[in-house]
Amino acid sequence: MDRRKSIKSILLGTVAGGLVVHGCKPESASTEEIAALKSDENHFGRTPEEKELIEKLNSEQFFNEHELGTIAILSNLIMPPNDKFGGATDAGVPDFIEFMAKDVPKLQTDLRGGLMWLDHKSNTEFGAEFKSASVDQQKQILDSIAFYDSEIPMDEQPLEIQFFTLMRNLTLTGYYTSKIGIEELGYKGNMPNVWDGVPEDVLEQHGLAYDEEWLAKCVDQSKRGVIAEWDDEGNLLT
Amino acid sequence: MQIKESPTMYDAIIVGSGAGGGMSAKVLADAGLKIAVVEAGPFFDPADPEQMTQLKWPYESPRRGANTIRDFGEFDMAYGGWEIEGEPYTRQEGTKFDWYRSHMLGGRTNHWGRISLRFGPKDFKHKDIDGLGDNWPIGYEDVKPYYDKVDKLIGVFGTNEGLPNDPDGFFLPPPKPRLHELMYIKGARKSNIPVIPSRMSMLTKKINNDRGVCFYCGQCSRSCQVYADFSSGSCLIFPAQKSGGQVDLYVNSVVREVTTNDEGKATGVSYISKDDRKEYQLKGKVVVLAASACSSARILMNSKSKQHPNGLGNSSNVVGKYLHDSTGSSRAGFIPGLMNRKVYNEDGVGGMHVYTPWWLDNKNLDFPRGYHIEVWGGMRMPNYGFGFNPNEFNKFFNLPTGGYGENLRKDVKKYYGSVLGFGGRGEAVAREDNYCEIDPTTVDQFGIPVLRFNYKWSDFERNQARHMQSTFEELIHNMGGEVLGDTPSKEEDYGLLAPGRIIHEVGTTRMGDDPKKSVVNKFQQLHDVNNVFITDAGPFVSQGDKNCTWTILALSWRASDYIVEQLKQQNI
Repeated sequence: MDRRKSIKSILLGTVAGGLVVHGCKPESASTEEIAALKSDENHFGRTPEEKELIEKLNSEQFFNEHELGTIAILSNLIMPPNDKFGGATDAGVPDFIEFMAKDVPKLQTDLRGGLMWLDHKSNTEFGAEFKSASVDQQKQILDSIAFYDSEIPMDEQPLEIQFFTLMRNLTLTGYYTSKIGIEELGYKGNMPNVWDGVPEDVLEQHGLAYDEEWLAKCVDQSKRGVIAEWDDEGNLLT
Repeated sequence: MQIKESPTMYDAIIVGSGAGGGMSAKVLADAGLKIAVVEAGPFFDPADPEQMTQLKWPYESPRRGANTIRDFGEFDMAYGGWEIEGEPYTRQEGTKFDWYRSHMLGGRTNHWGRISLRFGPKDFKHKDIDGLGDNWPIGYEDVKPYYDKVDKLIGVFGTNEGLPNDPDGFFLPPPKPRLHELMYIKGARKSNIPVIPSRMSMLTKKINNDRGVCFYCGQCSRSCQVYADFSSGSCLIFPAQKSGGQVDLYVNSVVREVTTNDEGKATGVSYISKDDRKEYQLKGKVVVLAASACSSARILMNSKSKQHPNGLGNSSNVVGKYLHDSTGSSRAGFIPGLMNRKVYNEDGVGGMHVYTPWWLDNKNLDFPRGYHIEVWGGMRMPNYGFGFNPNEFNKFFNLPTGGYGENLRKDVKKYYGSVLGFGGRGEAVAREDNYCEIDPTTVDQFGIPVLRFNYKWSDFERNQARHMQSTFEELIHNMGGEVLGDTPSKEEDYGLLAPGRIIHEVGTTRMGDDPKKSVVNKFQQLHDVNNVFITDAGPFVSQGDKNCTWTILALSWRASDYIVEQLKQQNI
């Protein structure tokens, strides 16, 4: 479906309910309608002060090359590429972690210290820094720090477990907020749509159903473009 | 430095451009008056591509939506927050209040939840029921015609249910419930807790030719570029300008005080321009304060003169008193019945499609006022924080928590959309000893003395929060779910959030018939000075278990009609 055409039709209310939901292509959009929503890919709504801050943070470097290399290896172990989707580094996770360390300075010591701990551990056990150790050796270390006891509050857990949890959280959030992560998750929104209820097979899967009485009160999407009028009692006429 | 005076004589100067100021601007401009709207923040139009955050993806930002700068995440459309650099406020020791401000055209209406509830007949006369607080000098029947007009002008979806204290209106049809909301309805019925379609100001249907129709992106907190949600700029101020109104907008202009003459009448306002940090004056026949309940109280208290030594409109010493916010307490649950979901677009409107209005009689309870339940959930757009502790819920199945690698992918998908959360929003009893005042020791960067807050919850509110928590737990169990986190203890006020956190602060310039006990009369006109009006939530005598915006709009319209009439009759 041509996204811009459908967008304009949705905004004008010329798409009947269900069309978009069921993925049919509305063919009636005129050239005028294709004007579509305003957007500017160079902006994401920053005020001048916010823009300045981002530029300042981008001009600084927190992690050194070795640390960034270790973050890349580690984040890819946490979220490895598979045959269908990229991994953490494909999703730009190391750059994201670098930015967040500058944006939220209280993360800095835990991250930097945790990376040092990782190298120390790897040096002690295998005589090699973490990023140069073999994948098997790296995984051996992770196996000892990657699992946590959910009964114990995180800030009372051993530092290496806290560090790994922080890395896993940043890696996963960086991954799933990236383009490939969102694609993998299958999230379908953030675009114009006409919401017309839960698909039948989903209702069945979860053992839920709509009440007819409730549905009767809901919007008739085929009339969404018709201007609302009421009688004196507040009954909708259109 | 000389204060620069503008030669223009305005019919009215409106301070603030949120719900109250926007409505005053619309009504006064439509009546042909020449008005100035003075706003502390910059111009904002949700249709401006440079300011827009709607339909942006998290990866367009290097911080992926984190809330480092904006409290509700960086795509939220409020310029400001709980703390604003250079504009502090203070708290009396041992008390709590968090003050949320948004400085921009439209104020907090650009990001608000759009939950648009009328107050009911009991809400205006609650003292008659339980002897607490005060009655309003007006009743539902006084406000009803204005609620009706607001419904039709701005648009709100909902349903006429014939409930005694949640009045019917002129509603657009509501959207169908989403999966988690169906789950909620089913769970609530087991406890005989009613659920009805929510009442929110998004256009599910066309209302006029100037505004678009909701396209269900679920991002109303980002302010809608086709004006399908209610924001004061897009729905009131721009239309006021377009319909030939004589509206001068002064943005980046921080009002310091209302100026008065020898007779003690208001002559206009003085403000500091953020652009050149100089002080200016505007002259007007009428001043309408709509800067938010606390900001308007601050302006009044800072407007001291020989005629008004205790601040303007404050001969009663009531300005700043009776400050009260909605109560709020939240809980979330993991619902196994919502695991392994098929993914489809269920963004819907920005917020809930269904809710629970207050359903019990307080006579049988250990707290006097009610609350409503808001519900959230669903397969939402990932943002900073998504994927944190991705398989924490494994603990409910005796599976290991944590790990790394391919399994995490499966866990994320398995649990996507399986959390459902509740927010209780209730009524606090307004008390004289909860107040804001001028802190004589502190100024902001514009040299204006700041507010000091003094606010404590009572057991009324704490007991109400305890009831919310037990209700939420019951509801989550009814849905076959696992309640997340521990039940908040007495020491934690049963999860009751600090006052100010629900951002419904009202009451600081309360309405009443007795000038000794109230600041404004029932038309929101200062008892002390007949050409100053307040159209934000300051005049609220009580809050109801409702959100305040729809009532701000209705009362602002009513007060503005009165201003037009009084100007015509040359009474002011």
